[in-house]
Amino acid sequence: MGLEEKLPSGILLTTVEALAGAARSASFWPVTFGLACCSFEMMTMGTPRFDSARWGQEVFRNSPRQADLMIVAGRVSQKMAPIVRQVYDQMAEPKFVLSMGVCASSGGMFNNYAIVQGVDHIVPVDVYVPGCPPRPEMLIDGIFKLRKLKVAKLPIGSHREEVEAENERLALAKPATIEQKGLLR
Amino acid sequence: MSDPSTPKNTPRDDSNGQQPGKDAEETKDKVPSTPPDATPEGGPEERADLEPTPTGPGSAQGPEILAVRDGMFGVKGTPDTSGYGRLRRVIEFPGPSQRPYGSWYDAAIDRIAALMPNAGQVITRVVIDRGDLTLHVAREHLLALVKNLRDDAQLRFEFFSGVSGVHYPTDTGRELHAVYHLGSMTHNRRLRLEVSAPDSDPHIPSVVSVYPGADWHERETFDMFGLIFDGHPHLTRILMPDDWPGHPQRKDYPLGGIDVEYKGARIPSPENRRSYN
Repeated sequence: MGLEEKLPSGILLTTVEALAGAARSASFWPVTFGLACCSFEMMTMGTPRFDSARWGQEVFRNSPRQADLMIVAGRVSQKMAPIVRQVYDQMAEPKFVLSMGVCASSGGMFNNYAIVQGVDHIVPVDVYVPGCPPRPEMLIDGIFKLRKLKVAKLPIGSHREEVEAENERLALAKPATIEQKGLLR
Repeated sequence: MSDPSTPKNTPRDDSNGQQPGKDAEETKDKVPSTPPDATPEGGPEERADLEPTPTGPGSAQGPEILAVRDGMFGVKGTPDTSGYGRLRRVIEFPGPSQRPYGSWYDAAIDRIAALMPNAGQVITRVVIDRGDLTLHVAREHLLALVKNLRDDAQLRFEFFSGVSGVHYPTDTGRELHAVYHLGSMTHNRRLRLEVSAPDSDPHIPSVVSVYPGADWHERETFDMFGLIFDGHPHLTRILMPDDWPGHPQRKDYPLGGIDVEYKGARIPSPENRRSYN
């Protein structure tokens, strides 16, 4: 990662991060990964009515190597799962995953032998957008939240290594979902 | 071409008894299988001393009951309605039909008999149900029959619509069926062929040499039911991953759902839910 590692930490890096984050979120290109019905709403987001080109997202890159964002739109079947992982692996850092629709988030209405119950079994997901299918406005909202909260603030260089190590430590210490009791009071 | 064989393990005259000749009126109402362009026969009804028999175009004998299923999934015997527990479905096979069949069916079956001298062994049963002709075919003669159906000018069933499988676990000796849907564009007709195979020997000859479009359909039937089509160039799984165990659309294959996990709670999948009383 060459240049980014040699950048000095501290205030200067924060400024560089803000600049890089602004650039990244201004041209946040997704890879075409429409699997099922949700892909229609994703395509609709690119149409003139909702127009993802307004914020630099009209280019759905066909090659994952040129993309920043993987919008998993639709059911992931058992047969498709290794392919999802392969496309994710082919993307270059920094990459983000948006799980669109309930089928990609949790298996949706399909709780059976053929559908993976949530794409987060396969790839790490940054934002989940529920819906069956989510309206393009909901998908846009999810993308905007992702851009504002994660992409614009993405750490670079040595700062990133520190943040990653900290996140790893927290994730290992966190209890499993089934253990998190008492939250519905 | 009426069917000499009787169904194997299901008693014919059971409580749902449709004795031929007795409840003919009920049979006619229940199985309105007269094709729309059939000419009505006026033969046996004219004799007043005979019981009216269900002859006439395409009338079928009583249906054969294969299974009675209560409820769809989930707990049974409780008021829990999540699995449609009070639903009762009778799985029936329409009975064989007698001559004359009506509309184009007689001519077609006579033509098959003219082309194939052993037609009595090829076609084991003729069923006309709701205006559709279904021929039950013995599996060893399937390829020859299908070639004649496609090539002969009077039959010309050149359109292959699909193969799919059915699994009747209670019909021992012929658990797996493959159903072929053929169509004739030249004559504007549709035909259905049904071939059965036992679970212990699930082999059926492949029709890919006659209908190349059957390729993926047979792969899907193999994937979902385990029917092995002999002569298929590459019979591999098509919907499930290549190393998937089992055949999902069989009746004894579970739904495969997993428990849904929430924070601090777990909901079982629909077929495993307990009664909530």
